[in-house]
Amino acid sequence: MANALDPHAAIATTAGGLTDGGLTDGALRTADGRPLVRALARSQSLARRRAFLLVLPLLAFILITFVVPIGQMLQRSFYNDGFSAHMPQLSQWFAGNPRGAEPDEAAWAALAADLQASAEARTIGIVGTRINYDVPGTRSLFTATGRQVRRGIEPPYQAALLEIDEDWGDPALWSAMREASSPLTGNFYLAALDRTRADDGSIQQVEERQQVYVMLFMRTFWLSLVITVITFVLGFPVAHLLATLPMRKSNLLMILVLLPFWTSLLVRTTSWMVLLQQQGVINDILTWLGVIGPDGRLQMIYNQTGTIIAMTHILLPFMILPLYSVMRTINPSYVRAARSLGATSWTAFRRVYFPQTLPGLGAGALLVFILAVGYYITPALVGGSSGQLISNMIAMHMTDTLNWSMAAALAALLLGAVLLLYWVYDRMVGIDNLKLG
Amino acid sequence: MKTTLVLSTALAGMAFAATAQEVNVVSWGGAYEVSQVEAYNKPFTEATGITVNMIAADNPSTPLKAQIEANNITGDVFDIEVSDAIRLCDEGALVEIDPATLPPAPDGTPAAEDFIDGALQDCAVANIFWGTVIAFDTTKFTGEKPDSAADFFDTEKFPGKRGLPKNPKRTLYLALIADGVPADQIYDKLGSPEGVDQAFAKLDTIKDDVVWWEAGAQPVQLLADGEVVMATGYNGRFFDAMVGEGKPFEIIWDGQYMDMDMFAIPKGAPNPEAAMEYLKFATDTQRLADQAKYIAYGPSRKSSAALVGLYKDGKTEMAPHMPTNAEYMTTAVMDDPTFWADHDAELTERFNSWLAGS
Repeated sequence: MANALDPHAAIATTAGGLTDGGLTDGALRTADGRPLVRALARSQSLARRRAFLLVLPLLAFILITFVVPIGQMLQRSFYNDGFSAHMPQLSQWFAGNPRGAEPDEAAWAALAADLQASAEARTIGIVGTRINYDVPGTRSLFTATGRQVRRGIEPPYQAALLEIDEDWGDPALWSAMREASSPLTGNFYLAALDRTRADDGSIQQVEERQQVYVMLFMRTFWLSLVITVITFVLGFPVAHLLATLPMRKSNLLMILVLLPFWTSLLVRTTSWMVLLQQQGVINDILTWLGVIGPDGRLQMIYNQTGTIIAMTHILLPFMILPLYSVMRTINPSYVRAARSLGATSWTAFRRVYFPQTLPGLGAGALLVFILAVGYYITPALVGGSSGQLISNMIAMHMTDTLNWSMAAALAALLLGAVLLLYWVYDRMVGIDNLKLG
Repeated sequence: MKTTLVLSTALAGMAFAATAQEVNVVSWGGAYEVSQVEAYNKPFTEATGITVNMIAADNPSTPLKAQIEANNITGDVFDIEVSDAIRLCDEGALVEIDPATLPPAPDGTPAAEDFIDGALQDCAVANIFWGTVIAFDTTKFTGEKPDSAADFFDTEKFPGKRGLPKNPKRTLYLALIADGVPADQIYDKLGSPEGVDQAFAKLDTIKDDVVWWEAGAQPVQLLADGEVVMATGYNGRFFDAMVGEGKPFEIIWDGQYMDMDMFAIPKGAPNPEAAMEYLKFATDTQRLADQAKYIAYGPSRKSSAALVGLYKDGKTEMAPHMPTNAEYMTTAVMDDPTFWADHDAELTERFNSWLAGS
């Protein structure tokens, strides 16, 4: 490789070309007689391969720790074999009989056999949990029936099962079991959009008092937008100040911006709790100053206000830093030129300075917005009930209700929405116009 | 070379795990954890030489479920509620426990008869009965003092913020009790759509005045900070603050919600033998009685009751602070694990929807 790039070698090629027939085919050759084009391609591919080997660990790392687990998680949103894996015979019956077919004795026999096997394997709870997602109140139907059939069950199975509990005849239950008999399902996405399937399989909205996700998605995007705008309004002057002050002073100010950035998220969030709560520092000062009466203490935390305040503070550096790095590179002579040509200071700012900050603004806004959409700890701690975001619901389904399929469906929708926004941003502003620093 | 190094490290690690016996117990933290450390863990380590690592969680069933789902069990013994114990047992995630292997009472009564009804499940053994009760700050009510669940919902007569747990299980029943539903009809009501509507309608009346809590230590803190004037919380925590730390709180026993905490061992626990040994040791008559010395929770064995005496300060009689006191049991709502196994998901969804709407 060193040969090929060595200028002396190249000279040698042209010199040698006269004698060894290089002129006859017109190709340049290296000292050892190979065509230069091929030697260069070879050396370049070697360099590429070496570079690839260097990033290979990173690639493997991302694949193992990021792509695979997230892919597995998202898979749960449309794949749940809680029913089909443990109720094989009944699932088979559903596969062989179209929707609308009345369950015959063969179906009941399959149900009884599956219940018995599943109760013995102690997997009946998993089956019941799966159906309980769709028909609340059926979990105990499965576990209680399972306990009884474990002792044995005699045909005719339909009569025997209805004897144990007449709920087994419920068409909604059979419809839900049919839905669950295939591990592939779109039902979790429907539920994540406050939709459900009626007994005949058609899609409809859930009752108004059960609706929560669509509203939370909208609230999440709305609050994220509000927070992005506030960080812009607060961060822009700060970034401008940092960019225009002499180095020594701006470095000092920079530390003030970065200091909270380096502090633990939990510490910052709990500090807000101390400051904002009704018996907190701010309310105490206002009461002491007589601005508000002792009964009129402001509710600034455990609601949306708390979420907005705390999240704005936490996300502010993500707006300031890209803005600052772009502003530093803006040549002040442009604004001076505009002023000398008669522009007012406002016009000079609006038409000359501000457009040049757009790459930084775009990067900052995108960063803040996307981080805000997925924020979870801060709203959980200071959000009360009205400041909860969709990520809190995802966390709840992950840790409390253990409905990981539902959590995955919500997360997939959130991811999809963010990617969509990113695409819109790319079309409108252009991703090339993004400057992170 | 590298492989040998990794291998030898792994081997050394295994050898270490084999010699130094230990058991990881996941419990609820706070004053409750202290009582378990004093009454169970210290004598257990003394008797067996096995180290006990206490791990605190807001609700140990949460990490347990996550560990099962992720197929990576790190805890050995989990202190969980009945409904979770039954549910996880049905799903085949817990080790079954034969009552015959549990130590009998000192007078020889077998464990199966010594434990209070419901305290022995297929896969779990109860250690304590505990109540969720209302407590208020006595300094905030100089005139008439609140004394019922209805007063908790009466913000006109007793103004001030309320602390409530952020889950349907321990809020809906209280709303119904306050609305005049007798304790024995709570689950019939909650099983019907109208009953659920009634509970939410009652909660609506104080929704703007509620500070929601999630960890058991929070209601005590909220009361102590003056952030709320009344809160529901676990009776042992309030007792600890009142008697242990001298806080001016008072407990309202009307409409207490009674639950059991149970020890369970997940299948695939890293130290199954030590875990079983710990479970048997911690639920014997003396240990359960000892725990009442440190926290006001009722022991799950009949034979322990007689051994319960004074608080660790040596002067406070424990009986009036026990949730199992006969006088408090008349209006208590017992936890119904079957009901919650069926309806938890549905009511949680409805509760969240209600909570998120403003």
